[in-house]
Order: sequence, then C-alpha cells, then structure tokens
Amino acid sequence: MARKTECLAMLLAGGQGSRLGILTKNIAKPAVPYGGKYRIIDFPLSNCVNSGISTVGVLTQYQPLELNDYIGNGQPWDLDRANGGVHILSPYQQIKGSEWYKGTANAIYQNITFIDRYNPEYVAILSGDHIYKMDYSKMLEYHKQKNAACTIAMLEVPWEEAPRFGLMLVDDENRITEFEEKPKNPRSNKASMGVYIFTWSKLRQYLIDDEQNPNSSNDFGHDVIPAMHSAGERMFAYLFDGYWKDVGTIDSLWEANLDLLNPKVDLDLSDPTWKIYSKTPTAPPHYVSPTATVQNSMIGEGSQVYGDLDFSILFHNVQVEEGAVVRDSIVMPGTVVKSGAVVQYAIVAENAVIEENAVVGERPEAMQNIDDWGVAVVGAGVTVHAGAHVAPKAMVDEDVKGAK
Amino acid sequence: MTGNNILGIIYSNKYDECLSEITGLRTMGSVPFAGRYRLIDFALSSMVNSGVEKVGVITKENYQSLMDHLGTGKPWDLSRKTEGMFILPPFAYAGNTGSYTNRVEMLRGVLGFISRSNEEYVLFSDCNTVMNLDIGELMDFHSDNKADISVVYQHGALPQLDNTMALDLELDGRVRQIALSPNVEGDVDYSMNMILMKRSLLLRLVNESISLNHESFERDIMQNNVKKLRIFGFKVKGFARTIDSLVSYFKISMELLHPENCAQLFRPDHPIYTKVRDDMPAIYGLGSTVKNCLVADGCIIDGEVENSILFRGVRVEKGAVVKNSILMQGSFVASGSSLNYTIADKSVAITPNKTLSGAENYPVFVGKEIVI
Repeated sequence: MARKTECLAMLLAGGQGSRLGILTKNIAKPAVPYGGKYRIIDFPLSNCVNSGISTVGVLTQYQPLELNDYIGNGQPWDLDRANGGVHILSPYQQIKGSEWYKGTANAIYQNITFIDRYNPEYVAILSGDHIYKMDYSKMLEYHKQKNAACTIAMLEVPWEEAPRFGLMLVDDENRITEFEEKPKNPRSNKASMGVYIFTWSKLRQYLIDDEQNPNSSNDFGHDVIPAMHSAGERMFAYLFDGYWKDVGTIDSLWEANLDLLNPKVDLDLSDPTWKIYSKTPTAPPHYVSPTATVQNSMIGEGSQVYGDLDFSILFHNVQVEEGAVVRDSIVMPGTVVKSGAVVQYAIVAENAVIEENAVVGERPEAMQNIDDWGVAVVGAGVTVHAGAHVAPKAMVDEDVKGAK
Repeated sequence: MTGNNILGIIYSNKYDECLSEITGLRTMGSVPFAGRYRLIDFALSSMVNSGVEKVGVITKENYQSLMDHLGTGKPWDLSRKTEGMFILPPFAYAGNTGSYTNRVEMLRGVLGFISRSNEEYVLFSDCNTVMNLDIGELMDFHSDNKADISVVYQHGALPQLDNTMALDLELDGRVRQIALSPNVEGDVDYSMNMILMKRSLLLRLVNESISLNHESFERDIMQNNVKKLRIFGFKVKGFARTIDSLVSYFKISMELLHPENCAQLFRPDHPIYTKVRDDMPAIYGLGSTVKNCLVADGCIIDGEVENSILFRGVRVEKGAVVKNSILMQGSFVASGSSLNYTIADKSVAITPNKTLSGAENYPVFVGKEIVI
C-alpha cells in the first residue's frame, strides 16, 4: 500500500492531435516539441511538481513510444519518487477482456485501482495539450474552501473567440449554473481550460455510474460533468489569469512558439520560482558565427548558426548554413538548413534537411490570394531537395524532389 | 564484473593555485568552462563514455561547489546501486590532519578505497585538462605494448606547473626519460597527467613510497622507475589542452570559438555530460548583434556581443557591448557598459556606463558576485 496522498494528478496524454497532421504521425500530441527545448507535456508535469503534486498518472494510448521514452522514470521533473512519482498508464488486458480507452472518463475509470492505491482526497484531471503555468495548489485550496465536488479552471477569453470554447455561466459565488458547449451566440466568455479538480469519492461514483450507462460516450465534458451538474453537485469555476494556449492546430502551435519572442506575452520560461523542466539534451552551447545575423529569435543548445535568423525558434542541434535564411519559423531538433535555402512561415520537424536554395513557405504579403496562405509544415526526417519549393499551407511528409 | 574493468580516480584540487582567481572559492574540478561545463565534466565524461563504472573523486579543500555540481553523479549516469561515483574527502586520523600536500599523500588517503575495489586497472586524471579522450583506445594501446604504465601526452609548450613531466620518447612510444618541469624553449611532449596502470602495481608502488617516506609521485614513482618499468606515452587525439594560468584558461576557452575545435571536443558519439540547469533556450532581442560567440541556455541578449563565451543565464542589455570576454553563469551587463578581454565570474553585475578592458595576455578578472 502506498502512502496516502492528498491530491494526485491524472494527465490525459492519449490524444492523437489529428489537427496537427504530420507532426503527430509518429508521436502523441503531448510529445510535440515546443519552445526551443520543451515538449508540450513539460508544462502540466512541471506545474504538478511546482504545485506540490508528486504523484502523476500519465494516460497514454496513441503512439506512446516516444512519450514513454521521454518521460522515462520522471527524473527530469523530479518525479522519480519512492512514493508516488510519475506512472505511465496504458490500456491493459483484464479478465473480462481488453479495451482501449473509450473516452477521457473511461480512461480514468480503467485506472480506479491505481488511484485507490494512493487513497487520495482529491484528483486533478489535466490535459496534455496546453501551454500554461498554473499553481494547482491554489486551485485545490479554492476547491476545499468551496467544499466543491468539482472545480473547473476557467479563463476569460475575448468574446469573439468564445464560440470556440466550452463555456460556463456562473453565479456571484462563481458556482457554475450552466454549461454551453461551443455556442453560436455565447452568453459567457468564461472558457474551460481543461483543468479539473474532483473530490475523489464523488468522482469515483460518477465514473462507475457512467460506465454502466450504455448511452454514454464516457467523456468528461459530454457525460460526467453534465451528470454531476444535473444531480446538483457543488461545482465551481476557478478563475485563472495568465497565459494559456491550446496548441491543437498548426497555426496555434506556430503562434504559441513565437509568443515566446513577444515581450508583452506573460510566459516567462526563465522564472526560477516556477521552472519548466524538460529532458535537457546533452549538447554544448550553441554557436553564432561571424557570418550570421540573429534577430528576435530563440536558439537551443548545440545549434550552429552561420546564416540569417529572424523571428524564429531554433531547437537544439539545428544547423543553419551560411547564406540560408530562416524567418518567422520554428525549426525542430537536428534539422539542417543548407546554404541559400529560405525557410519562412514554416514549422520544420525534427531531423529534416532543407537543401541548397530550396524554399519552404511563403510570406503572406507575397500572396496573390491570402486565402491560399498558411504555415508550411515539413515532417520529421524529410529531405527537401535542392531548389525545391514547399508551398504555403502545404504539409509534406515525404521527400520533395528538386527543381531541375 | 561489468564495464571495462577500470577504476577512475580524479584529483579535483590538483593545481588549484595556478588559477587562484577562479579557484578561490572552488576546486579546479568545479571551474566553469565552455559556457555550461565544469572542468571535471571532461574527465568524468571521458571515463563514463568508455565504460568506466566506478570513479573516486579526491577532494582536498573548497569542495562545496564540487559536491553541489556532482550531486549523486546522476548526470554522468554514475548514480548506481553498485559502484558509481564516490567523493573522497581528506581522511584525518591520529597524527595526520588528512590534508594533502602531494600526490603520494593523496593516494595514501584513499588507499583503502583503491584496495577495496575490484577493478584490474586504475586510471588517474587531473581536472586542469580539457579533452575528450577515448579510453578504450588508451586501454588497447596499453595492452598492445604490454605496458606497465601508460601516460597520456600532448605535444606543445610545456605547461608552467610544478613537476610537469616532459617525456623523452622512443619511436615505439616507450618513455626513455622523464624531466620534471625542465627549463626548455619550444614544444615538447608533456604529460597531461592521465595515467593508466594495473591496480596491483599502483598499490605496490604507493606502499613502497610510503615505507621509503617518498613524497613525489612524479619523481619517486614515475621518474625513478623509467628503467625498471615499461612506461609508454599515448598521444592524445583531437583538441586537448592543459590549463596552467588564468591567461591559458582564457586562451583555451577562446580557441573553442573555432568550430573545428568545438567539434573535436564535443563529439555527438562521445558527449560531455554536465549538471542540468533547466533554463529556457537563449533569446536574442530585436536590435541585438552577436558575432562569433558560444551562447548557453537562459541567456537574454539585447546588446552587442562579439568573440565571447556566454554561460547560462547571462543578460546583456540593449546598448551594452561585450567583446573578447567570458561571462559566467548569471552575469549581467547593463546598458552603456562595455567589456573587452574580461572574465566575469558567476553572478557578476556590471551596472550602467562602466568600461572594463584588459588585453589578450592579461584579461581583467571580476570575482564572483561582485557588482561594479
């Protein structure tokens, strides 16, 4: 029997993130690289550790290899613990057969035994898709103070964006009175961040009931939370005020990366009181040569820059040769941009090669029809041969032949 | 027995005095180097990459920063259930303060550790050397030559340190004669003080020295045995340097701004490991100018930086100019200030509109946490 844990976290990391296309062909969305050295999952994991939650179950399902390998024993996040720590929870066979995680609620349901081992009072349910820094311990304090069954973190979004979110209507005490899922005409701008704290004894029962309901899609948002709400449970919204970004699409991933270069954006990754931990690559400091010009950019360790870099994020061990230009782009680890190549408004995944004089992406102002414009994506390991062109909005996961 | 059957022994304090500015508060082993490393990382990583599984680190004084850096040995994968890394502080006993003055005394202090180990060979290293050595090759060389002792050497100007062994070598690499810090002009073959021998031989030589009240490893054990033992010199490959002064520390650091030197020292197949600091990648602001620099994680550069090495977490404000300088972890250069040929230790702050300028053969040194 493990030592009693007040609050443990379950991190939903099984999603494919299909809107990220080829970037999640071989890796789960939480393993997608972000911010020059991180992966998306570093944010919820670091938030947990910094909030004093040291028992974390990571629910994986889609392409778990890279994620399992990355998390390892949890040491980079200080989650290699004798009691608790990080646990990878994949679907498993049981005596009555085996099944995949049918939905977010079912994923937790299948791991009730894991949670019960720690006998927690509270369980935090987190998603592995968001970039944000948040102190869950304050939210837990709030949850206790409100004597809530469920507390949902919410964020006030601009009214015009509200229709994209799951919204909450609250009373004066911030008790949730109504939910609205992506409404056309929103009555609230308080959006759910996908961060929940439940009183475990309550949630446990609702999960068991939900599993017995054949009409349920076994999803938190669709089934469990509405069920709790209609049963009259005390459900509260916890207002979060800070940077939060869902990186579910190519555009939002691109934006969220470049947000790091905007001094007005409230996301300081260098704050010693709230570090974002990650598995740090073993590489020397990066080198910027006399032929390089670097403006408004972020560069990871081991990279070598001989060309021009403007408003871009280079991960570790990237090479930009003399005469190459990288602007308004994200270049992931191990990629080489050769002499004369131009990478603009693009995301280039790991270990790709952009050969001499190839052009990836286009500037929006150079487009005839702006509707054809978008961020270009080059998949992991792809070679864009010399002189080839990757159109804006294109996604290439096979080598691109060169122009003759 | 797993691994490659070699016990590693690292002297972390040897030659501290030659770099007294930087080692005032730390050991030679914990001297910051190349933007994110400590000097001990090179010896430790060379050993680990070659399969060494047990390393003893001999300390003498000022070793808090070293302990902090090494921790449990995890970054070098030396935090093990069996073997791993052992820190060996001075061992005081009746009639002995435990503090060392020479290598024989140091070895005497850790004789128990060495004799209790099971490895067949012992490999020694100092920390004032910068190299990425393939110890497997050294081991093959040692066996092929049926050597009793193999000494790693470099060809170049003799480091100005006490008892540096200049080697006179036969064509086959056998050491014919050893001169201790001879007064010579020009380049010689000098020992980098990485030395391999059988553990049983080492125990015999050290015990003999103790019984004869010998003090000098270099004179009494090495020089005196040149005829009796088969001592061989192994020429180090790639970038390898010995630090013997603040000027050479500066010069060797600056040599890393040549990418080919960097490539020889930091080989992807033989990485140099160090303690992780968990900081963000470096950020270059709008209007910054950076040319020919090594820059580590966590730096924020808004000013002008040229021919310099910036350690982790250095901030250079807009309007500041840094040239030909080494800024260690967490240093800060405010707007309007200018540095040239300057070495700033950790967490130095240069407030606005200050000018510091040294010369290539005499860099200005600013001590840890000093505010100018």
